[in-house]
Amino acid sequence: MSSDKFPEKNLPEEENGPQHSDARRTFLKQSSLLTALALAPSAAIKAAELKFEEKVAAVFEQVKVTLGINGKKHKLSIEPRATLLDLLREQMHLTGTKKGCDYGQCGACTVHVDGQRVLSCLTLAAMVDGKEVTTIEGLANGDKLHPMQEAFIKHDGFQCGYCTPGQIMSAVACVREGHADSDDEIREFMSGNICRCGAYPNIVNAIKEVKNGGQRV
Amino acid sequence: MIQFQYVKPSKPKAAIDTVAKDQSAVFIAGGTNLVDLMKRGVMNPEKLVDINKLPLRKIERENGNVRIGALALNGAVAEDKLVLEKHPLLAQALNAGASAQLRNMATVGGNMMQRVRCPYFYDTAMPCNKREPGTGCGALEGYNRMHAIFGHSDKCIAVNPSDMNVALVALDAVVLVSGPKGDRKIPFAEFHRLPGDTPQIHTNLQQGELIMAVDVPENPYTKNVNYLKIRDRNSYAFALVSVAAALDLDGSTIKSARLAMGGVAHKPWRLNEAEQFLAGKPATEATFRQAAQLAMRGAKAFEHNKFKLTLGPNTIVQALKNASGVA
Repeated sequence: MSSDKFPEKNLPEEENGPQHSDARRTFLKQSSLLTALALAPSAAIKAAELKFEEKVAAVFEQVKVTLGINGKKHKLSIEPRATLLDLLREQMHLTGTKKGCDYGQCGACTVHVDGQRVLSCLTLAAMVDGKEVTTIEGLANGDKLHPMQEAFIKHDGFQCGYCTPGQIMSAVACVREGHADSDDEIREFMSGNICRCGAYPNIVNAIKEVKNGGQRV
Repeated sequence: MIQFQYVKPSKPKAAIDTVAKDQSAVFIAGGTNLVDLMKRGVMNPEKLVDINKLPLRKIERENGNVRIGALALNGAVAEDKLVLEKHPLLAQALNAGASAQLRNMATVGGNMMQRVRCPYFYDTAMPCNKREPGTGCGALEGYNRMHAIFGHSDKCIAVNPSDMNVALVALDAVVLVSGPKGDRKIPFAEFHRLPGDTPQIHTNLQQGELIMAVDVPENPYTKNVNYLKIRDRNSYAFALVSVAAALDLDGSTIKSARLAMGGVAHKPWRLNEAEQFLAGKPATEATFRQAAQLAMRGAKAFEHNKFKLTLGPNTIVQALKNASGVA
């Protein structure tokens, strides 16, 4: 599934939401809108071939959901196919959560749903109705970084940084769950987050410091 | 991913009726396998029936069983006090599967229903009798390192990828199912199928039947158990071979044993003959080796998975050693 098939439809931006003037992103959005327009007729034709009114309706169906994102409540109308990852990145403009493999194999898209770490690429946004989502953008307390963010910087827990938001969301959960009692346990319970730069030893050190520091995470 | 309708009923009956009368509808719980397969175009349901509103999350004692609701999350079951006390083998198997994130999403019922991970099943450009009956099996003459050594047919040689299933078949679990024609119980060993001539039929569930819970009968296997999973990397990978071993020991004598393998067949592979052999024998490496040889009878490998004929029995012996504490 590619996100260019369902650009924002009838979705007003949050009044206080992040504003992006980035030209590249705007270009991508505009060009994907054109792609969507090109695709729409064939989807409608396919539905018409099925002959059932119900199914024709389904093509244009939107699901209404209410969910909390980083402490703020949002009422949204979404396509059933949208994953939580695409909702966050493409509609909410929260691009901190990364799309790595998009198939649940790398962990880059890790977010918290009702406090539990999950993969947003395999979560349909419609299924998160009524829940509270925390992304990497919601971890810091204003300008003060979360202790895990501080520890990743201190211990150099990354090189390219692409997996880092997922690593940090997973690391916070790992400590909260009580699965950070030894190096081996940390490695086992962080195994769902792949780092192609191989920053693993430093990531383990960052997690250990936070765990041993006893701060509230 | 094709477009689909999304519904979220709050009563089991409504969910069952919806799927029973619509061949193109499927249940969705955690979605960790289904969403993946839908993105790749391997599964193309036109209606998703989200069952997460149904009250099926409880883990409780019921009539000499630990009853685990179909929607109990894999991660929650693995850490549940009752499960850890009564069925530590199940907890070990669950923790050997996937990653912490996926275990927080995947349900017990969904884990049972997960499809094979055969690359020919996943790649819609390849032939696969399971995905498209009659197109042939790409793995048979293709790259078959991860494939079956037991119970395969010339139509399909894929393996069931679940760790949980291996423990549940060893522990004589029973699946509680509700469907358009009423409720029934399916012994775990009869829930999954061998491929035979119809690899496209994945389980013995009928259209519209919904897994409500799984019962794991209380048993003496609370201490000497081991789930040993051998894989290409230490964590977050599917099994090359895995073994669920449970022993009831009287001193150094085996009173009874439960043994099953994963990564070797289209269903979790119970080793009844080896279990019977172990009963009454001393818990020694020599005994375990003999049991492993019995277990491997009838195994047939393909071009790239011959190593499983050696890895299999070695894993059985090591799991039994780990379970019994025999060095």
